[in-house]
Amino acid sequence: MWRRFKRDRAGVVSAYVVIFFFAAALLAPVISWLYGKNPYTTYGIERPGLLNEFFYPAKPNGGIDSEFWFGLEPGLGRDVFTQLFYGMRTSLMIATATTVLCVVTGILIGVTAGYLGGRTDYFLGRFIDLLLAFPSQLSFVAFTPVVYALFVSPEKETPTYLRVITLIIVMWALGWMGLARILRGQVLSLREREFVEAAKVTGASPWRIIRKELLPNLWTPLLVQSTLMLPTFVTVEAGLSFLGVGIIEPTPDWGRMFAAGARHYENDITYMFFPGIAMVIFVVAFNLLGDSVRDAFDPKTKR
Amino acid sequence: MLRFLVRRSLGALVIIFLICAITFFLFFALPSEPALLACGKNCGDPALIEQINRNLGLHEPVPVQFWHYVVGIFAGRDMEVGNCPAPCLGYSFNDSQPVWETILDRYPTTLSLAFGGAAVFLVTGVAIGMIAAARRGTATDKFFSSLSLIGNSLQIYFIGVIAMWLFVDTWGVFDRPEYFPLTENPAKWFGGMLLPWLVLSIIFIANYSRMTRSQMIEQLNEEHVRTARAKGMSGRTVFFRYAWRGAIAPIVTIVGIDLGSLFGGAMITEFTFTLHGLGRLAVNSVTENDLPMLMGVMLFSCTAIVIANIVVDALYAYIDPRVRLS
Repeated sequence: MWRRFKRDRAGVVSAYVVIFFFAAALLAPVISWLYGKNPYTTYGIERPGLLNEFFYPAKPNGGIDSEFWFGLEPGLGRDVFTQLFYGMRTSLMIATATTVLCVVTGILIGVTAGYLGGRTDYFLGRFIDLLLAFPSQLSFVAFTPVVYALFVSPEKETPTYLRVITLIIVMWALGWMGLARILRGQVLSLREREFVEAAKVTGASPWRIIRKELLPNLWTPLLVQSTLMLPTFVTVEAGLSFLGVGIIEPTPDWGRMFAAGARHYENDITYMFFPGIAMVIFVVAFNLLGDSVRDAFDPKTKR
Repeated sequence: MLRFLVRRSLGALVIIFLICAITFFLFFALPSEPALLACGKNCGDPALIEQINRNLGLHEPVPVQFWHYVVGIFAGRDMEVGNCPAPCLGYSFNDSQPVWETILDRYPTTLSLAFGGAAVFLVTGVAIGMIAAARRGTATDKFFSSLSLIGNSLQIYFIGVIAMWLFVDTWGVFDRPEYFPLTENPAKWFGGMLLPWLVLSIIFIANYSRMTRSQMIEQLNEEHVRTARAKGMSGRTVFFRYAWRGAIAPIVTIVGIDLGSLFGGAMITEFTFTLHGLGRLAVNSVTENDLPMLMGVMLFSCTAIVIANIVVDALYAYIDPRVRLS
């Protein structure tokens, strides 16, 4: 498996790119410390001359120079380089947490439904159907404030960590069904196989059968589905922040950068390119990685 | 056919009712005081809150409120603010307009966006997929598949803004996206919607071309297609009459799902191009805590999706006679 993956050049390169993104996100504080700036300070307002009288960067190309590598944010004049790294950190953290939660829920519900079968399977199946009938994007947007209201009363400000938790909960609640369905189907067919029968006959407990016989056979769909899931959650989270219901000022966030870029695009398009191109590279790399992982695990399937 | 439609519609009603109930209870049961949302952030006067509660019927228990809401949809209802005719979805917290009329007012924009976008992505996506399948393994095929990989990874909130900047502000080749009613001025309608259509469809084209390609390749390897080829039929006839017919059914299924979600409002596209459709209405009602409006949009979108699914299932049986509707 590992050897097959290593032979796939595109897969290896995209794996490096993905690792780079995660490392950059994790090391954002270190990077900005080395770089000597932070994403919160409004350099443009504190130091006159960096922004012109309309609060756009005075220098061409969004104010890129040797000091501010990616230029300055229009309006407040914050540093784009550190904002991007901290923003990726927020987005990737939310997406990773959501993916982990969805995978765990998907395993729990999918395996339970598939292994127990019968009435449990029927009710879990109907429950999944019902959740799948919700219009997903609209529900993400609509339920986010409801969950905010669950934590704090609407007239107060929501602290950032609660916003993060809320986004994770909302995306988790409507994100696990696909995986659960796939796993249920897999378990349903595995359950009838001889080795499970044999384990049953030798008197293994259901828990042991699930853990030792079924789960090892579910690694492939799990890995493939989670590599598909993670970039989706990154873009969904960014979309929510873009629409103004996700992370808000002053926390740096990938999606919020798009919102700021869209507000100022007529006068300062450069700002938009940094988060945009970073996200395209990230999603392309992740998709390629997903394809390679699938090929490595399951060489029979054709692309 | 009739029996199928009746059965599916009943099932759909159950789903819509459940979604409606869940959404209603989530919206109206969770926030401690919905009236607080209705009167904005800086109102603490208990008398005012009391009045809002009575006006909107919020003083009653939530199940009773829900019952009134459901009855109101079919029979209309009398509210303190006035009589609300048959499909009554209540009044907006924000501007006190009837929800139903606001939705009807916004819907043409969403419909135009959905139909136009779907026309573009279907034609282009399926055409690209067929070309790639016909020239399988060649440079053309590779070019299109790498294109679709990138297209699949693009985000509307990124390329939409870039496209606006490039085509509208810098080069001026497209009109600034805006909705004009089709009945009043078709040319302006077309010009105003063209850029949103193209940007919206880029995301979908990738998906459709990829799927068409794999479906066509699968069909071309089928026995009956090979037989047709072997008995001397021209490649063109085999390609379009035999393989294409088999490939179309799965595509129709996905079209149904995508169209359904587009009818519910393409939020990010509408937001990027400042089109005032259903999706934007939803986002605005979220940021303004306008619960009745949000509830109405949610219900409307769900219904649109469910109806689209039924239509697609009926079409499916028409395209593929082997599928029995029962």
